[in-house]
Amino acid sequence: MISTAGRGLVLDENLLFEKSQPGRVGYSITGLDVPEVFPESRLIREEIESFPELSEVDVVRHYTRLSTWNYGVDSGFYPLGSCTMKYNPKVNEAAARFPGFADIHPQTPELLNQGALELMYNLQRDLEEVSGFPAMTLQPAAGAQGEFAGMLMIRAWHEANGQKRHKVIIPDTAHGTNPASAALCGYEVITVASDGVLSKEAVAAVMDDDVAALMVTNPNTLGLFESDIRAICELVHERGGLVYADGANLNALMGISRPGDIGIDVMHFNLHKTFSTPHGGGGPGSGPVGVVEKLEPFLPVPVVIKDDDVYKLEYNRPKSIGRLKSFYGHFSILVRAYSYILSMGGEGLKRATELAVLNANYIRARLEGEYDLPNKQRSLHEVVFSEDSLQNDCHTLDVAKRLIDYGYHPPTIYFPLVVHGALMIEPTETESKQMIDEFCDALLAIAEEAKTAPELLKQAPVRAKVKRLDEATAARKPILRWSQE
Amino acid sequence: MNFPEEFKYTEDHEWVLIEDDVVTIGITDFAQDQLGDIVFVELPEVGDSLEVGKSFGVVESVKAVSDVYAPVSGEVVEVNEELPDDPEVLNTSPYDDGWMIKLKLADTAALDALMDVATYQKFVEKD
Amino acid sequence: MRYLPHTEVDVQQMLAQIGVSNIDELFSGVPEDCRLKRPLDLPAAKSEAETLGFLRGLSEQNTKTSDWDSFLGGGAYNHFIPSVIDQLVSRSEFYTAYTPYQPEISQGTLQAIFEFQTLICQLTGMDVANASMYDGASACAEAVLLTIRAGKKRNKVLLSQALPPQYRETVATYCRYLQVNLVDVPLQDGVTDQAALKELLDDQVASVVVGYPNYFGQIEDLAAISELTHASGSRLVAAVAEPLALALYKSPGDLGADVVVGEGQSFGVPLSYGGPGIGFFAVRKKDMRVLPGRLVGETIDQDGQRGFVLTLATREQHIRREKATSNICSNQGMCILMVSIYLALHGKQGLRQLAQVNYAKATYAKEKIAQLDGFAVPFSGESFNEFVITCSESVASLKTRLEQQGILAGISLGRDYSGLEDGLLICVTEQNSREQIDRLVVALAGGEA
Repeated sequence: MISTAGRGLVLDENLLFEKSQPGRVGYSITGLDVPEVFPESRLIREEIESFPELSEVDVVRHYTRLSTWNYGVDSGFYPLGSCTMKYNPKVNEAAARFPGFADIHPQTPELLNQGALELMYNLQRDLEEVSGFPAMTLQPAAGAQGEFAGMLMIRAWHEANGQKRHKVIIPDTAHGTNPASAALCGYEVITVASDGVLSKEAVAAVMDDDVAALMVTNPNTLGLFESDIRAICELVHERGGLVYADGANLNALMGISRPGDIGIDVMHFNLHKTFSTPHGGGGPGSGPVGVVEKLEPFLPVPVVIKDDDVYKLEYNRPKSIGRLKSFYGHFSILVRAYSYILSMGGEGLKRATELAVLNANYIRARLEGEYDLPNKQRSLHEVVFSEDSLQNDCHTLDVAKRLIDYGYHPPTIYFPLVVHGALMIEPTETESKQMIDEFCDALLAIAEEAKTAPELLKQAPVRAKVKRLDEATAARKPILRWSQE
Repeated sequence: MNFPEEFKYTEDHEWVLIEDDVVTIGITDFAQDQLGDIVFVELPEVGDSLEVGKSFGVVESVKAVSDVYAPVSGEVVEVNEELPDDPEVLNTSPYDDGWMIKLKLADTAALDALMDVATYQKFVEKD
Repeated sequence: MRYLPHTEVDVQQMLAQIGVSNIDELFSGVPEDCRLKRPLDLPAAKSEAETLGFLRGLSEQNTKTSDWDSFLGGGAYNHFIPSVIDQLVSRSEFYTAYTPYQPEISQGTLQAIFEFQTLICQLTGMDVANASMYDGASACAEAVLLTIRAGKKRNKVLLSQALPPQYRETVATYCRYLQVNLVDVPLQDGVTDQAALKELLDDQVASVVVGYPNYFGQIEDLAAISELTHASGSRLVAAVAEPLALALYKSPGDLGADVVVGEGQSFGVPLSYGGPGIGFFAVRKKDMRVLPGRLVGETIDQDGQRGFVLTLATREQHIRREKATSNICSNQGMCILMVSIYLALHGKQGLRQLAQVNYAKATYAKEKIAQLDGFAVPFSGESFNEFVITCSESVASLKTRLEQQGILAGISLGRDYSGLEDGLLICVTEQNSREQIDRLVVALAGGEA
């Protein structure tokens, strides 16, 4: 029998503001040990209208209940394609909470925080080894900010060479962040169609002396290694351009292939994908960027350097693109990623890649035939099906919602855009064969339901906290905050 | 799908009703069906002058966004003020209550490039 | 390896199902000339005990605010964090989930974000707040870009020199290739010079950006600045690096700001060497559709039950691609929870009381130091929990001298402000006892603690 989501008490919970009771408190503040004084009264605000008043118990119960309405990697299988939802090791969490990491102020003199700087320096070296780039910044707050930093460096390099290039080539399979990041650097985006993988000819057709860079994701969002990548990089370089790689899918390549060795000039990492740091309900992420030697002078400030056995934050870099954020990257996320690398070692990272690819190919083997697979090439860490084999007007959205009833987080849906009704499954290496078998059994049962009882898909989910939500009304008449009636 | 005879059509799935030197513009049944539940519409202001082929507004559904392009050049003489408050009208009544703007034509030459209903129907089938 | 569940039997069965004989064959799509032909040159895997031991060793080489007398602020604030916060954010249904793409099984995250948006609106006095940005500096940069988008053809932005230097530098990075003309507004007595501002304002100015409190802890006259700014048809952006001040002082929304951005780290987020923080971003209703970042909205499900969804997504990169309002693709979910829990615990009374404690302690310290020979408080205006002192001794030697007594005295201003080479920015919070402040005063005067 195929297991489904079970039943349990799902407790309702109102908003903080609706639970509030005048006069209730949830804090304790140490008594004032200096004379009480007040600012000029003309500057002082009235009390904050409708701000919550709750006891500690109220708050604890509120968030505990909310948490039970969520589904995380620790709840079950979360095969969200392109997001690499691998297990988030608990040792990383413990390390990030060491007082010597959590309670250190960014404005402390560098000599007094050598351990933090050494960690950042070591992490840079490790990421350089994994990716094959000789220089690295840990500053970017997330993958999208890494893209932005990388594209700024590309533009700064061209301009330092006296070149004003205006265009960036991006394949149609790319994440939306790629064109958005290029546009933030003032570039015009040229979209190029790919047939599964990007061909040298397709790039040649749009490559000219006004193209600053090509942005690629390798392996791409179909899970396919860009097999022409070396030739494509050579072509772009011959015409004076650079190649940016989106490292979202690096989990398919660790110990197998290094982007820096095959012609890529810049690449961002997603530490929250490949290096196991938690996704946190949307963040914080971390998006370090590796670059080839000629781009090193353009790295954002500060750069962590080692000078006579002393670690320093270097700011005096005249060609730098500048500062990206308040301080030095998402330090506590860096601690977690470094903890992961220490725990895995070089061999372990390669094994993670191998098993991630094994898991994805196993899912493909089990589902191909019942689900339509538009791209037949050998895929790596993820597999993308289309909705074309679904019967009785069932769509990808219905399959996704029905999977919830079976107790799984759905895969990424309707991305990449080039696949009709895409169902993009990325299992990662931390799922066992047994878990994957149960998941495949559920998907096969759903395909069968689509034939015999399509209403089960159309009504789904029926076992979640809420049923399908009315997104059209939410967008037509936006209610974006609570207010007193 | 319904495409009225009296309209002209564009490749961007807009309809055009020509009445002397004033044209009324909207999106077709095909366009609204492709977009799905429409949640937001942005229109130009009366007095704006539009250039053929340039975007004059935006139609958004929950998960898609589409620019609307001027099929001809001219000056905006009227906009459907109801539409921004009631964007779902584009789904329910694309040809009547869902009209978007009225333009005073700058020149009539661009009208020749528009499709008649039979041509548009074929264009949609190919799409 | 304990995170990798595959047994040898599993692997063989899976390979057989796939129809290959070994794992290497799965990589046949990677051309030979793209392969790494050697093992990764990284240390061997460490056990959990070894990993923790090694990392603890690194952590112990750092300077904890809990062991030292720290008077550092400047955009990152040492406030007490209630135990509840870490207990709750450690619930892994929160931190091991991703962006709530599937609302039916993400209602916890979605309701928490909706509540966060509301709390930020209440605190800032604004209509709409998004689901957060990376941090205060990047939120400030995104605010500048919003005012350029919304300001039609206007392309000039006036930045108060008392906006935190990190914010000004980040704005410059974001605007580097976007043909935005950034102009500094000079200062008068530690706050934005209104006469100079009036001179600089013209019909090309999309926005004026002012710190509230500013980098020197001073409370700017936002109402007057707002009036000047609006008179030229520009938007006023208030950037709040220390949002605890908003519990005590009039809200930027009340004083006329069009955009309020800032850093939420003060509210329960560990210092963690400066990251992650959490940027907040609030606007008036008129700018709702040009907001960057994620937004959560209220709706109902098929049974009419209240629920929450991500909404107005057509502004964002995954739909609008190069025409998106921003390239941002995340929110600081973990930090949203920390901030919301912190604000819920402190609530209406607690946050106000805490702000008053900060104000009283900083005022006590400021007055004591002002009385010392060789020290002065250069700015006359109102300040919150940070203030500037100047000293006759070199700032560098003074700081070193105090470090030897276990005191982190403050932040030198000389690197960012010419004319303030003798300036030190001191922050006093509820974490600093009167004994600590007295020790600081004695040490500044040259005495032994």
